[in-house]
Amino acid sequence: MSAVETQHVARDLMDQLPVLQVAIPLIAAPLIVFIGNRKLAWAIAFAASAAAFVIACTLLWQVIDGSVISYHIGGWAPPLGIEYRIDALSAMILMLISGIGTIVLPYAYASVAAEIPKKQHTLFYALFMLCLTGLLGMVATGDAFNIFVFLEISSLSTYVLVAMGAHKDPRALTAAYDYLIMGTIGATFFVIGLGMLYMATGTLNLADLAERIADQGINRTVRAGFAFVVVGMGLKVAMYPLHHWLPNAYTFAPSAVTTFLAATATKAAIYVMLRFLFSVFSPGFHFEDWTLYLIFIPFSLLAMFAASFVAVFQTNLKRMLAFSSIAQIGYMLLGIAMLNATGLSAAVVHMVNHGISKAALFMGVGAMVMYSGSAFFDDLKGLGRKMPITGAVMVAGGLSLIGVPGTAGFISKWMLVQAAFENGWWIIAIAIMLSSLLAVIYVWRMFEVLYLTAPSDDCTATDPPLPMLVPMLILAGACIWFGFDTELTLGSARVAAEGLLAGSAGMMH
Amino acid sequence: MMHHHLILRVVTKMLVGTIILFAFYVQFHGDFSPGGGFQAGVIMAVAFILYGIVFGLNKAEEVFPPWLVHKLAAFGVLVYAGTGVVSLLLGYNFLDYNAFNPGHPSHGQHWGIFAVELGVGITVTGVMVAIYYAFAGRPPPINDEDW
Amino acid sequence: MERLLDWTFVVGHMNYWLFIVLMMTGLFIVVARGNLVKKIIGLNIFQAAVFMLYISIGKVTGGTAPIYPVDMQGHMQVDPSIIYSNPLPHVLILTAIVVGIATTSLALALTIRIREAYDTIEEDDILKIERHMAAEDNKEHGAAMGGRA
Repeated sequence: MSAVETQHVARDLMDQLPVLQVAIPLIAAPLIVFIGNRKLAWAIAFAASAAAFVIACTLLWQVIDGSVISYHIGGWAPPLGIEYRIDALSAMILMLISGIGTIVLPYAYASVAAEIPKKQHTLFYALFMLCLTGLLGMVATGDAFNIFVFLEISSLSTYVLVAMGAHKDPRALTAAYDYLIMGTIGATFFVIGLGMLYMATGTLNLADLAERIADQGINRTVRAGFAFVVVGMGLKVAMYPLHHWLPNAYTFAPSAVTTFLAATATKAAIYVMLRFLFSVFSPGFHFEDWTLYLIFIPFSLLAMFAASFVAVFQTNLKRMLAFSSIAQIGYMLLGIAMLNATGLSAAVVHMVNHGISKAALFMGVGAMVMYSGSAFFDDLKGLGRKMPITGAVMVAGGLSLIGVPGTAGFISKWMLVQAAFENGWWIIAIAIMLSSLLAVIYVWRMFEVLYLTAPSDDCTATDPPLPMLVPMLILAGACIWFGFDTELTLGSARVAAEGLLAGSAGMMH
Repeated sequence: MMHHHLILRVVTKMLVGTIILFAFYVQFHGDFSPGGGFQAGVIMAVAFILYGIVFGLNKAEEVFPPWLVHKLAAFGVLVYAGTGVVSLLLGYNFLDYNAFNPGHPSHGQHWGIFAVELGVGITVTGVMVAIYYAFAGRPPPINDEDW
Repeated sequence: MERLLDWTFVVGHMNYWLFIVLMMTGLFIVVARGNLVKKIIGLNIFQAAVFMLYISIGKVTGGTAPIYPVDMQGHMQVDPSIIYSNPLPHVLILTAIVVGIATTSLALALTIRIREAYDTIEEDDILKIERHMAAEDNKEHGAAMGGRA
């Protein structure tokens, strides 16, 4: 403080974007509770997440050329102060998270009114904002401990959001409890890992961490820290053997929450994992090669087959989609484990594409559940015919989930197969295609129930009101759009992957 | 319950004020001695919780109504974030306390931390009391065989 | 000849040994106990172990409390010969403790709600009830698919 003060340059709005990204939803949450008006709560939440989305788009536009924005919280320069770092990868994930948040909210208005008692609506929107804050913060920050704090902000609000499904089914409570225990163990593992990295390097800034690990080489403490971080984040990602919390949480949470979580929560965790795997530890770190080859590849293959296989036998559509999410996370981790630019781009693109497709599907299910009362297949019979637009949205989402050419899902799977060929891994390329066949089976089951069975005679279901339809249509449109126009997704993913593969050099100031 | 525990009630009445005073001391003297918003908030909440334990939840809710508790918890966060926003509006980085007194940055830091800690203190008080109300307000149905 | 057991190493790292013991105790309780409240206690022990790890990291041999003395004019008197303990891990863990409180109270709140819904907080009983619910769902919604609802 007493040192020479450099002349202060006043900052304008554009300079403040990285922090506003996180601060706007953060302010919206207490504001909603403070005002305590139900209608206003929704309006504030929507305005905040729309603002976050606009900011994320602006940020992506600024960093699409591969540059990095560094923002110093409180004016304290890193590595001492907390730094927010935006590069192509984080801007892309920020855009996904805030975009899905903005799209889910209009849908949530009707969906929440149907599923949650009125008294809790303001709290719901406040928690939704907190969850958004946490997820955005995890991605925007460049400080390892800050990641933990935001991780816990998002997790704690997620537990409550999941538990809000208890008004329909008490199993939401045990699902939330399980998620809480697992999530806390995961987050605590992450903190232990950070502690060990701090012991070895004496810093918590990601860029500084990368530099110092590169300088002083690897020792046992760093390795143990690496293992703890990967396992802790693996729990949050729902990496295959650590996925136990996911199916119940997705099945019993309110529809709007499931939609939001399925599209964003695991993606933010994967982002953190990517940061640690590629930016903090350089890919050349031989311990990491082994981790990727011996742990990521077998487990992601297992996820692709086992979770898809389980999904085929589900009787509840929401649960089926939850298992499909676990399988899709397998694809992303497989792309990461390929350790080449194409594989990484595939993983990043798949994060976005899968987020969009899953959100469309869960929204469709939610709209149907509003009429049928449950997501069991025999309650959804013929609803695709009764609710033509909702049905069409689910078809688009389902096709994208399989990876049919002309949909977003095709692009990412195609990239993934290409990456496998690049490495000469024929067997894995074939495995990707075979597991896609399993996806065909479970998506077909959905189509069969929705279209090929007769609806019950007294079925009065019609398409949901416009505020729910428009978000669904936007997402379905995005599923198709990103299947043809890959400029935005693939283009930014390529830049992001290059940044990641540059390793710790990509983190230098 | 109200007519028993005379000593407890008298001692509590004496203690509550002292505890609140101590909370303010920890809050505002936090710049010069160990302390700050978290500790002060918890100590402040303890005063209300003690009052609630001895005189009953209803009495405590009369003194510190639940709606106020929730608003305060939200208000504290707003104070914290508001400090950041003010520094933004002054053309500085988020939570850059130098903004509050550019001519004398260390005073600016002082004021900034003061505002932020105040926000933390208010929120922690609100949240701690809210947690107590939430748990105490849900008496579990204890059956005879549960004992 | 190298000694089999380096006592200065063992005793000097007492905090870390205790950290491992506490952490494993907590984790074991979380996994092995069926009572939801006991699981939460286990989780707390587990987290407390991590707090201890961080606090141990901050200790510098011979270090004192990291507070700079202030003279009458309010200027800090920085004496480079004094060794201070590292305050950063302590500050970090303060945050983690607050997160721990939030987690614990949320978990307890969930437990209360679970007790109200299931009338028990024993995992075995809850699982029994849930299996029953799943079986009912299956009966109603087509167990022929072979899936667990």
